[in-house]
Amino acid sequence: MSLVDRHIAFLEALRGAGMSVSLAEDLDAIRALRALEWDDRATVRAGYAATLVKKQSQRPTFDALFDVYFPRMVGDGAAALAAQESDGAGDAGAVRDNAEALAAFRDQVAEALAEGDEQALVELAAEMIARFGAMPGRGPGLSSWSAYTALQRVAPAELTDRILAALLAEGRAEDQARREAARRIGSFTALVEGDARRRIAEEKGPDHVANVAVRPAIDRLDFTAARKADLEEMRREIYPLARRLATRLTQEHHARRRGPLDFRRTVRASMSTGGVPLVTHHKPKRPHRTELVVLCDVSGSVANFAQFTLLLVYALRDQFEKVRAFTFIDHVHEVTGYFTPGADPGDVMADLAASTAYAALWGRTNYGRALVKFEEQYADALGPKSSLLILGDARSNYSDLHLDVLKRLAGSARHAWWLNPEHRRHWDTGDSAAGRYGEVVPMVECRNLTQLGELVHDLA
Amino acid sequence: MPSSPTWFATPADAAARLAGAGYLADGATATTAYLAGALEKPLLVEGPAGVGKTELAKAVARVSGAELVRLQCYEGLDEARALYEWNYKKQLLRIQSASVSREATATTTRAGAAEGWDESIFTEEFLLTRPLLTAIRREEPTVLLIDEVDKTDVEVEGLLLEVLSDFQVTIPELGTVSAARRPYVVLTSNATRELSEAVKRRCLYLHLDYPDAEREREIVTSQVPDLEERVAAQLVATITRLRELDLKKAPSIAESVDWARTLLALEIGDLDDAAITATLGVVLKHASDQARAVKELRLRA
Repeated sequence: MSLVDRHIAFLEALRGAGMSVSLAEDLDAIRALRALEWDDRATVRAGYAATLVKKQSQRPTFDALFDVYFPRMVGDGAAALAAQESDGAGDAGAVRDNAEALAAFRDQVAEALAEGDEQALVELAAEMIARFGAMPGRGPGLSSWSAYTALQRVAPAELTDRILAALLAEGRAEDQARREAARRIGSFTALVEGDARRRIAEEKGPDHVANVAVRPAIDRLDFTAARKADLEEMRREIYPLARRLATRLTQEHHARRRGPLDFRRTVRASMSTGGVPLVTHHKPKRPHRTELVVLCDVSGSVANFAQFTLLLVYALRDQFEKVRAFTFIDHVHEVTGYFTPGADPGDVMADLAASTAYAALWGRTNYGRALVKFEEQYADALGPKSSLLILGDARSNYSDLHLDVLKRLAGSARHAWWLNPEHRRHWDTGDSAAGRYGEVVPMVECRNLTQLGELVHDLA
Repeated sequence: MPSSPTWFATPADAAARLAGAGYLADGATATTAYLAGALEKPLLVEGPAGVGKTELAKAVARVSGAELVRLQCYEGLDEARALYEWNYKKQLLRIQSASVSREATATTTRAGAAEGWDESIFTEEFLLTRPLLTAIRREEPTVLLIDEVDKTDVEVEGLLLEVLSDFQVTIPELGTVSAARRPYVVLTSNATRELSEAVKRRCLYLHLDYPDAEREREIVTSQVPDLEERVAAQLVATITRLRELDLKKAPSIAESVDWARTLLALEIGDLDDAAITATLGVVLKHASDQARAVKELRLRA
């Protein structure tokens, strides 16, 4: 593969991962590389990043693909080769993997982790895959390197106590040392996974790895597919997202603020230019704000989605006249009180999770019953000025849907929307009543933070 | 490579010279700063507030002896404030004086007189140049800083396109003004709004983030040289810890430098819990953030 081929394959992979890389940017990257020295990988990476990545949220995707297409080294690298030769031809390769070797290797890892020696860790990660992650003799089409196997055998997480002891000996505080140890083990695990990707890419070509091993950026990740760490990251994205939305909304409101011509002020201002009205003045427009009523399904399958939406709506509270929030599983519970101004999002999430019990009587999602209860108890929440927002996957365990109640609720509100966190192709499969509810209330797909941001923006 | 002035010779040169001006750049920043000069492309710098985005432009201007032309963006910024404006009051006076003199010469043909002022009021004399046009027309090396470009309206971005890609400004009455010498353009943004693809495509992109502990300590000690090494280490450790918390606004580099100055002014020789509690207001500016920090760092146990 020539350099140009590799460059183009890299760009194709970036595009495949959802980044919009234009031809102009492609040419810029080439010009940048010509202006740079090729002897340092970090410089090349910086050059590519400056010309191709125009959004910080895409940076992890870029880094992962860069490592696959422009690997740090090939095979075991020059260092390992030299080491093998000095060991003597006898045991090189033969006794690479046994209990004794494993114990010795774990000692090395623990030592490097305790010292925080980055360079040594990079080399150890490569060695670890080479020695403990190899799966020789597998059929064609299956990868012969596994980060999972290597991590299972070496188990760096079990070394925590040793690292902790070393850090405490350095005179750090207990909880600080614990955090630092966890951080180091986390980054070492990432190194090992990266090295396995590199080896697989070498064997099967980078395009294969680019297709399977690279996760979408956090704002495009499905709520339902998110892991625990992703959820944490998403929660941290909520406030920046809210801030961006608020800025956008304020700007748009201001742009529309120009009302009818203020004749008096215009004529007055024209006096200074000899009676020629060069600048017109306008009366301000009265701002319009929506009252929002949010009704969300908090049963296990969609709880995360509901929490994110509630947090986002509340972060944008001042863009709305008033917000009331209700949660349900098969019973309705008002949660407006949990959202106090300036409250910590972590605490709010915890309170919400704790309050789920009030929203359930039997614990099986029942949209029909929840709607009936809502109409009985909180019908006054909806008025001609309010918008109704329902969040949920419309999976009602084959119970009575009470479409007539939803029709009445939607009729009494100014607008009504239904946000569904499932992919459109899953609607109406199994016990999903998306289609039937969707006929009463317009239903929109809302699977990730980007879509959520757009929808909330349109509401305000 | 182009014959016009090279801003930096290599990425390493960029890093060294910026460091000489008191701006400690990491590898990526130095490389991108070098590329912006070598490729003559505008540089879009994004990142949270207070990580030294504006400072980068100033440092580039300082080390290359160029003049800094700054366009501070704000909501409602328009062509007349960014690009150029006709001095219409002066034009009005010219027209009036022309018509007065026409009445004095009485019965000359009207059309001829009218054309007389029409030509003459759209000349250099009546043109008020604003930052963008100023930067384009300067003969000397120039750094053009377009600050907080995300604060402007979307229409202004359209206005920037011609300047950013071709370094020229078209004035309908005068024609196209091309750059005598391409300025080094730096755009900064807090990412409160997504900039349009068109603007991004024309720029190199650099995301500045909070630095790692080692670099931050270098920055703090270089900005506040009198601070004791030990206190600086404690300060950086605390700041790093604060950034890990879930805060509304994480403390920036500018704020750690402020904190260092505060500690120096108060002659605090040891950053213990009491000292942190007393001066927390310098780095955290939301009541909820302070409450959280106190809770997490167990300051008032």
